[in-house]
Amino acid sequence: MALTLMKGSEAIAEAAVRAGARYFFGYPITPQTEIPEYMAARLPEVGGCFLQSESELAAINMVYGAAGVGERAITSSSSPGISLKQEGISMCAGARVPFVMLNVMRGGPGLGSIQASQGDYNQGVKGGGNGDYHLITYAPTSIQEAVDIMFFAYDKAERYRVPVLFLADGIIAQMMEPIEMPEMIDYKVDPEKKPWAATGWEPGDDPEKRAQITSLFINTEELSAHTDELQATYSEIKKNEVMYDTYQIDDADIIITAFGTVARVAKSAIDELRAEGIKAGLFRPITVWPFPDEALAAAARKAKAVLDIEVNEGQMLEDVKLAVDDKRMVDFFGHCGSLMPSLEEIKAKVYQMKEKM
Amino acid sequence: MAAVFEKTNLLTDKQFHYCPGCNHGIIHRLIAEVIEEMRMGKKVIGVAPVGCSAFAYEYFNCDMFLAAHGRAPATATGIKRARPDSLVFTYQGDGDLASIGTAEIVHAAHRGEKISTIFVNNAVYGMTGGQMAPTTLLGQITTTSPKGRDASVSGTPLKVCELLAAVPDTYYVERCALNTNANILKAKKAIRKAFEYQMEGKGFCMVEILSACPTNWGMSPVESMKWIEEKMIPYYPLGVYKDKGAEQ
Amino acid sequence: MIHVSIDERVCKGCGLCVRACPKNVLALSKTKLNAKGYHPAEVAVPEACIGCASCARTCPDVAIGIVKE
Repeated sequence: MALTLMKGSEAIAEAAVRAGARYFFGYPITPQTEIPEYMAARLPEVGGCFLQSESELAAINMVYGAAGVGERAITSSSSPGISLKQEGISMCAGARVPFVMLNVMRGGPGLGSIQASQGDYNQGVKGGGNGDYHLITYAPTSIQEAVDIMFFAYDKAERYRVPVLFLADGIIAQMMEPIEMPEMIDYKVDPEKKPWAATGWEPGDDPEKRAQITSLFINTEELSAHTDELQATYSEIKKNEVMYDTYQIDDADIIITAFGTVARVAKSAIDELRAEGIKAGLFRPITVWPFPDEALAAAARKAKAVLDIEVNEGQMLEDVKLAVDDKRMVDFFGHCGSLMPSLEEIKAKVYQMKEKM
Repeated sequence: MAAVFEKTNLLTDKQFHYCPGCNHGIIHRLIAEVIEEMRMGKKVIGVAPVGCSAFAYEYFNCDMFLAAHGRAPATATGIKRARPDSLVFTYQGDGDLASIGTAEIVHAAHRGEKISTIFVNNAVYGMTGGQMAPTTLLGQITTTSPKGRDASVSGTPLKVCELLAAVPDTYYVERCALNTNANILKAKKAIRKAFEYQMEGKGFCMVEILSACPTNWGMSPVESMKWIEEKMIPYYPLGVYKDKGAEQ
Repeated sequence: MIHVSIDERVCKGCGLCVRACPKNVLALSKTKLNAKGYHPAEVAVPEACIGCASCARTCPDVAIGIVKE
C-alpha cells in the first residue's frame, strides 16, 4: 500500500468519500474549512453532492434529510459551528438517523481562537443538545487513525442507528502525515437494510414501511418506550464498541490519560521519564464515548496515581475520576486557551506528583 | 354509483386533531389530492414543520419527515439533492417559515432549490396558543401583543410572497385563500402548478395560503372566514407574485 | 339522485359547509351530539342539492362524501 503525504482535513474527507459518503453539507469555519473545500472538488467526481449551506445549523438539517432517505451524509465544523448544530444533532439522535460528523476543535468558549483545543469534549460526549442521547464519539490521535476509523464509522452508525462524531483537535486537520488510504467501497442504499428510511412508499404498500422520520413522540408512554429502546442501544454500544490504546502501562507507577494529539506529547514525555527512572505509562481513549472506564479502572488499580492531561480545563478528567473511583490519586494538568502542553511541563507535573506519592 | 367527491388515499385514516374550522385540514386535502392526481405517491416526500401541523407526518399517506422548527427547507434540500426525481414539499406555518426559519426559506429560494413550499399563513402561532407571529396584523390582539400589535414595537407584518418573489432564483410564488369555493379551487391549481414546475426541474416554488385559526383568533369558524376577507386579504393581496413559466 | 354523506364521528360542527352551500341544503344538528361533543352537520334539504361539492371542498376534516346515481 502506497503512502501519500496528505493534510488531515483532506485525508479525512477523502476517507469519508471512499467509505461511501456522497452528501456533504457544511459551512466555512477555521480550522476545518479544507474539508468542505476538498469535498467541493471531490464529490462531484463521484456523483455526490457538495452543498455549502447558509449556516452550520442549516447544514445539519440537510444531513437529516439526506441521511433520512438512506444516503451516507457527512458534515464537519469547528466548535462554535458545532454548537450551532446541537438542536439538529439531538433531533437526528432522537429520530435515530445515522450520519457522520467531524468537530475540528478550536479554542473556546465563544469565538475563542482558531488554534487547536480539546474544549468540546463535554459538548460531544455529554451531549450538547437536549435530552438523553449519546453519539459514538472517536478521538483520533493521528490522521491515519482518523482515516481508519472513518472506514467503519458508517457501519457503526448504521448498525446502531446512532450518529458518529469525530472529536479531532485542530492539529489533526491542519498537519500533514504519510497516509495509507484504503480502496473505495461501493455503497448503495438498500431499503431492506434501512426499512426506516424514506426509500419510496405509496398507498397500498405495507403500512409499516411508510417512512415517518421524527423525534416527536407526543404520547408519553410512546416516548418512554422509544427512549428505553435508545438506552438499550447505548448499552449495546458500550458492550461492543469501546476502543482505547495503551503505551508502557503494565508496570507503570503513574498512568497518564490523554486523547487526541496530546497523547503523542505524553508518549514522548513517558519515554524521557522512563529514561530518568520514572515508570510512567499512557492510557489513551479512542472512543471517548463509550468511555473505556472498566479498562482504565483495571489499569489504575495496578498503578499508584493517574495524571490526566488535556487542552481544556479538565473535561475528560471527570470521566477519568469516575473510572478510577477514588481508588488512586488523580491529578490534572492542562491549559484551556489552545495552549498545547509541552513535554517539559508534563515531566515537571509528574515530578511534582512523585513527591506526594 | 359515481363518486362526485371522496377522500383521497393520500390522506391516512387518522382523524385530524385540528380545531373546528381550522384550514389546515383543507390544505392537507388539496395537497394530497394533487399528489394523487399527479400519480406521484411513490415519489413524494413531505417535510412537516413544528407547529399545529407537526403531526402532518401522520396525516399525509406518504414518506414524511418532521423537521426542526423553521428548518424544513434545509431538510427538504438534503432530501431533494439526494433524490432529484422525487417530489419534495415542505409544509410550514408562519412562525416556522417567516420567523425562526427565515434564513432557511430565503436560502432555499436563493439556491433555486427544486422543492415546493406550502406556506400556511394564519397570522398567529397556533400550537403554542396564539402568540404574535411576523404575519400578525397591526392592531391584532394575540397573547404576546395583548394591546394589539404595535409597529413601533414589533414592526409591520411581513409579506412573504413579495419578499421571496424578489429572490432571483424563485420560479413561482402565489398567494391564495380558502374563503370561497372558487378560491379553494384556485389554491389547488396553484399547488398543482408548484408541484409540476418542481417535476420539470424549474426551481423554487411557494404557495402561501391565508388560513383561519378560529381558536386563537377568538372567533367562530364562519367569522374567521369573514375576518380573512375583511382584514387579511386587503393586507395580503391574493394573486401570482412571480411565475417565470408564464413570463416565457 | 345525489347523495351527500356526512361522517358524524369526524365532523366538528364548524359550520363551514353550511356557510358554503349555495342551496342551503345543510344545517348543524340541533339535537344530535357526536362523541366529541359537537353538533354535527346534517343534510337538512337533500332534494335541493345540486352536487356542486362546495361543502366537501371547504370541510376541514374531509367528513363529506358525495355520490351520484
